[in-house]
Amino acid sequence: MVIKILNTILTVVAGIGVALVVYWILNKLAELLPGRWGDRLKPYLYILPAVAAIALYVVYPGIQTIVYSFANAQSTQFVGLQNYSKLLTSAGFQQTLITTLVWIIVAPLAAVLIGLLVATVVDKLKPGNEKAAKTIIFFPMAISAVGAGTVWRLVYAYAPAGQPQVGIQNAVVTALGFDPVAWLSVRTFYLNTLLLIVMFLWLQVGFSMVLLSSAIKGVPTETVEAGRVDGASERQIFRRIVFPQIMPTVVTVYVTVLIGVMKLFDVVYVMTNGNFNTNVLAVEFFNQLFTNFNNGAAAAIVVLLMLAVIPVMIFQVRQFRLEEATR
Amino acid sequence: MTSTVQPAGTVATEPTPTKRARKPSTGEAAPAHWSIKAAAIIICFFWIVPALGSVITSFRNEIDANNSGWWTVLNPANWGGFTLSNYRDAIVNADLGQAFINSMAIALPATFIPLLIASFAAYAFTFMQFPGRNIMFLVIVSLLVVPNFVAMVPLLQLYGRLGIGGTFPSVWLFHIGFGMSLAIYLLRNYMATLPREIMESASIDGASHYQTFYRLILPMSTPVLAAFAIFQFLWVWNDLLVALVFLGPGENAPLTVAVKNNLIGQQGQGWNVVAAGGIITMIVPIIVFLAMQRYFVRGLTAGSVKG
Repeated sequence: MVIKILNTILTVVAGIGVALVVYWILNKLAELLPGRWGDRLKPYLYILPAVAAIALYVVYPGIQTIVYSFANAQSTQFVGLQNYSKLLTSAGFQQTLITTLVWIIVAPLAAVLIGLLVATVVDKLKPGNEKAAKTIIFFPMAISAVGAGTVWRLVYAYAPAGQPQVGIQNAVVTALGFDPVAWLSVRTFYLNTLLLIVMFLWLQVGFSMVLLSSAIKGVPTETVEAGRVDGASERQIFRRIVFPQIMPTVVTVYVTVLIGVMKLFDVVYVMTNGNFNTNVLAVEFFNQLFTNFNNGAAAAIVVLLMLAVIPVMIFQVRQFRLEEATR
Repeated sequence: MTSTVQPAGTVATEPTPTKRARKPSTGEAAPAHWSIKAAAIIICFFWIVPALGSVITSFRNEIDANNSGWWTVLNPANWGGFTLSNYRDAIVNADLGQAFINSMAIALPATFIPLLIASFAAYAFTFMQFPGRNIMFLVIVSLLVVPNFVAMVPLLQLYGRLGIGGTFPSVWLFHIGFGMSLAIYLLRNYMATLPREIMESASIDGASHYQTFYRLILPMSTPVLAAFAIFQFLWVWNDLLVALVFLGPGENAPLTVAVKNNLIGQQGQGWNVVAAGGIITMIVPIIVFLAMQRYFVRGLTAGSVKG
């Protein structure tokens, strides 16, 4: 154990030290070059390690994954589109896609709406109370889905009727005179997935609240005052004056949560392991890789996911260009 | 720039520009309406109750925790059964002590090494002119949202061939690779807001790029360096998937994997020990959160699109 601690410290110090020395040497080398060549080369030397890291860890494996998605389970032989056709025609995978779709439809929208609600409510509190409320709602952002899983498994805990309930949700249900429910295995209307979304929102709403709240504060007071003078109700002021002005932030929050949901893994893996129709793409990827040892199918799932992410990537680049234009 | 809009992935580095003055009119000076207060209390209640349940359960003895709801301790008559032994059980029997060290050993290098590499790159992208600069930067921006499982199958095979599967360096390198585009993006956006005159006067004084970077730009970028460091540290600390894929259970498993496999995944583990294990995973992130809330919000809001 002591060795591990020492190794950690050593790695941090050595890693940073070595990096500094490497850059210093690269810099000196560039300065040794005759005339303007040094200056021309220097920028490339500065970005070289970073670009190499991205190329080696993101670009190269990304392309390799596309290749593997057309190969067999051990990546030894090409099988054409077989991985895709097998996946898309299997009932289990279709179910996984539908559940992922439920997440995609419900979670980002709910995150925006609840975030908006919470932001408008806390915005009207006294500054001290506002800060306290924001801290309470934001803190789950810091913790892992595994940590949150220990919290929410207890909330949804189930014991058969007649036994004492340790889960608060079943305690409420039985106190109202109903039978306790094994929440995480109820497939009807995707109730279990919806309950996982509740847990996800507990983790995520803090994020949308913070962004939306700062957008609401950025709305010029004069526009709101003008509405008030003209006799608009609070609801009209929000719908007609505030909302249009914070629309760009709403879109940003929506897209961000959307990306998070598309690649969501840990919440589902920790809570249900994908059982009872709660399976999503990322969990299926993991199961193909480590339960079925099927590299081909795992790679094909990743490619499907990448296809879904491409529009978001384009959005991201467009946002960046817009932002650069206004700089 | 008057909007407070943060396009996806932008760090909120500048203070909110048109922060509305508090209580600008008589209408808002009045205390919040009771319905607003009630709504706020209900919302906070929903956020606190689940966490409170875990905290209380982590201090109850096994018989109490498995046979009565945690809310029964609201009655002082039930205060007899509190214990710290759940934490001992989690740390010793479920190996969380070892896992805690592992989490540190994974997260610290994976946080600080990319920071420096990205700083150099961001400096070049901001202050140096070179052919291909803009297109390369755009590529980096677009790679921001690539989900990290894209790389897992090929890298697993590569690691297997190199014989470094299951080791810390295998995860460090992975996190460095996948943290890089976000780091460059954040740092470059921040550096672009630094006053150009400083750069110019430095070069007139004969300072080399290396000196300017090291002496001027790096110290001036402290807020964004902190924001990225916090985000990356928590990202790695809280990560489950990468650790499961490259380390798996065993002597190098971090907290997330250990809690999932040794506590949540084990039949018959009492709620009390599971809750204690969960709290142990949360201690470090909560301390970071409370101590560095300002940078923390920046880092998390900026990094939430990371793949």
